[in-house]
Amino acid sequence: MRMRFGLMSGVALATAAALTVSGCSNSGSGSGADSGAANTITVYNAQHESLTTEWADAFTAETGIEVELRNGSDTELGNQLVAEGAQSPADVFLTENSPAMTLVENAGLFADVNQDVLAQVPTQYRPSSGKWTGIAARSTVFAYNKDQLTEDQLPKSLLDLQDPAWKDRWAASPSGADFQAIVSALLELKGEDATRQWLAGMKDNVRTYKGNGTVMKAVNAGEIPGGVIYHYYWFGDQAKTGENSNNVALHYFKNEDPGAFVSVSGGGVLKSSTKQDAAQQFLRFVTGKKGQEVLQTGTSFEYPVGSGVPANPKLVPLADLQAPPVDPAKLNSPQVTELMTEAGLL
Amino acid sequence: MPFPLAAVAVIVVAAALLPLGYVIAASIDTGWDTASALLFRPRVRELLQNTVMLVVVTVPICVVVGVAAAWLVERTRLFGAKAWAVLLAAPLAVPAFVNSYSWVTAVPSLGGLFGGVLIATLSYFPLVYIPAAATLRRLDPAVEESARALGAGPVVVFCRVVVPQLRLAIAGGALLVSLHLLAEYGAFVFIRFDTFTTAIFEQYQSTFNGSAATMLAGVLVLLCLTLLVIESVVRGSARYARIGSGAARRAVPAELGWRYSPIALLFLGMLIAASVGVPLVSVARWLVIGGSAVWKLDAVSAALGQTLGFGIAGAVVTCVLAFPIAWISIRHRGRLSRVLEGGTYISSSLPGIVVALAFVTVTIRYLHPLYQTVTVVIAAYALLFLPRALVNLRAGLAQAPVGLEETAQSLGVSPWAAFVRVTLRLAAPATAAGGALVFLGIVNELTATLLLAPTGTRTLSMQFWSLSSEIDYAGAAPYALIMIVMSLPMTYVLFTQSKKVAGL
Repeated sequence: MRMRFGLMSGVALATAAALTVSGCSNSGSGSGADSGAANTITVYNAQHESLTTEWADAFTAETGIEVELRNGSDTELGNQLVAEGAQSPADVFLTENSPAMTLVENAGLFADVNQDVLAQVPTQYRPSSGKWTGIAARSTVFAYNKDQLTEDQLPKSLLDLQDPAWKDRWAASPSGADFQAIVSALLELKGEDATRQWLAGMKDNVRTYKGNGTVMKAVNAGEIPGGVIYHYYWFGDQAKTGENSNNVALHYFKNEDPGAFVSVSGGGVLKSSTKQDAAQQFLRFVTGKKGQEVLQTGTSFEYPVGSGVPANPKLVPLADLQAPPVDPAKLNSPQVTELMTEAGLL
Repeated sequence: MPFPLAAVAVIVVAAALLPLGYVIAASIDTGWDTASALLFRPRVRELLQNTVMLVVVTVPICVVVGVAAAWLVERTRLFGAKAWAVLLAAPLAVPAFVNSYSWVTAVPSLGGLFGGVLIATLSYFPLVYIPAAATLRRLDPAVEESARALGAGPVVVFCRVVVPQLRLAIAGGALLVSLHLLAEYGAFVFIRFDTFTTAIFEQYQSTFNGSAATMLAGVLVLLCLTLLVIESVVRGSARYARIGSGAARRAVPAELGWRYSPIALLFLGMLIAASVGVPLVSVARWLVIGGSAVWKLDAVSAALGQTLGFGIAGAVVTCVLAFPIAWISIRHRGRLSRVLEGGTYISSSLPGIVVALAFVTVTIRYLHPLYQTVTVVIAAYALLFLPRALVNLRAGLAQAPVGLEETAQSLGVSPWAAFVRVTLRLAAPATAAGGALVFLGIVNELTATLLLAPTGTRTLSMQFWSLSSEIDYAGAAPYALIMIVMSLPMTYVLFTQSKKVAGL
């Protein structure tokens, strides 16, 4: 009897544990395939998690609508949305750059963004189709180690970096959507042949890291003289301890060089979403005054693009960057990953 | 053989082979022209070179370090041998990506093949050490004594008598190390060392499941299968068991003397300092720098809860699924059981990234209701960690003689009750050990969890990864600490259990 009791209670306990556990993880992980809660939207988030969390928290505080984030990279989530098609559990898609937005737009998966939302963002920061909108912007920079490079040694153009003189002297994170957006701008501005040639030169010269922050850290440590990243990694680190950026200065290419490219972060509502209203509200909030002020005063140091909110005063104003004119809707990510795979960078 | 049991076993193994089928199907689907363009390019040669060099350099080092450490703690009068014996298993409690993060903190320029070999050796040498130590402990010293009586010196005895008897332990451990090397992602990303697994993940992030990723996965699978074949050749068919009854004596420990003792202690000390000391000091340093601000209790406790949930559910499911296979392989030896065994070996060699890619594709296309659900994550864990449960369950079932069950039946107990009350009970400790091992694997798993988990999932390893990728090393430290602390007791179970299993 004693034995049976021990065994039975053991089995009961294990079953209970398994059940509670799967129950817990189910409720803990929320929606799963179908968004269960009526008052929750699912955001496929390729923006920095910390920034979107700030937006989401403020939005929830204002509207009571909960936001659940699925984090990934631009192209990963963009392609994932295309693969999921009409069955996607996503309501909203946010990116760091625009090529992935175009990818989803071309697959016909976006609903129209409401007119009042579009009205909050000037036309140069969103595609003419109105299928998605810009939510923030970021500038390409050449971050360099102040002890290893002087100003006259800096590259005049992004294209200079294919020169053998730069072999093993610059770094990038080619697997990141950030860098791929820069390549897509190059492709749009200079054409396929020039891009292919530049990527081949890059393959010979570049040292690759995982993530722009890591590139900057390596430049700061003197492992490599310079790297192509976006501007805000430096400002963000300076605002904290400066531990990864105190030896680093930023070089802006300007003169409408491909290296002066300003990348627009996008936001769109999925056509398949059953929560169109809440999803549009979220975009309205992000591009509205409060959402853009998160960019101005928060820790992301990205550029606001809507509702007339100026950039953080520490940044070089957006208008002074002399960015090349590029229609965000024309940037092409599949072709870029193909070219980069061909070049052996992926 | 009970039909339902066989049916369940066949279904489990067939499901385990799904990812392999996926890779093959996707390769055929891609078409030869595209596939060959994606396969025969310089980047693949680069990755192949990196990955093969990593295995070729690391595995022998792990074997030498693991066997040397095992010999020192089991066969010499080493100061504090018992403590060393346990300490040398401890590196397994440090996930390889935490080890890498700690070393990069200490030596920021660490990278390339050298960095990869260093991190991999420090993380994985216990996989050789543990079985080698367990086997050494059980070897019959009489064989060595005979060799010595025939005039062989100590070195000759070690090389020609001891090492051959360790062949099974070494081959098994080396296979495990190599499979881990092929599957590892996080550790190598930190130190900028590209392997097939890191490249597949990058392709996945750039295209979500494009054909380039699948082609790379195909090469990775081929590498894994090659290792399986090599291991089975090395293992050979010779048997080294004692013949006859009785138990082997413990061997008389060798004296190291004042000359070699300090060297041995220095070697072991440095090994532990590098593999456990560096991670602990690094994590502690980041915790001090971060102060109390990094303990975001909501996030930490949520991640802990989800990790526990995945770990326990995964361990239970995996053990239940492994049971029929273990049962058949012990009680019904024959062609079917050999086929099943082979099938589980093949599936166990598939890296998490390949399994995850297959599951994403299959659920998104054919099983959409399961897409991004806990069920799929648990299924992936079960597939990845089935062998861990299987090895232990087999040992446990083998320890339960059929005779006892038959005796119970002859005393009037129904067959089912006899099974539950006799065999299941006897197999319980081994089942617990297998479950603990699966749990340990799940806590440290990263790539499959990243790709498959439901929206909103934040396990400890996901949180650690997300924060450390934003170079918030201080913010990542609490998660690293919890992962190490959670893994310690499981590592201890593995260590003690392995000594019992070696007896079979």
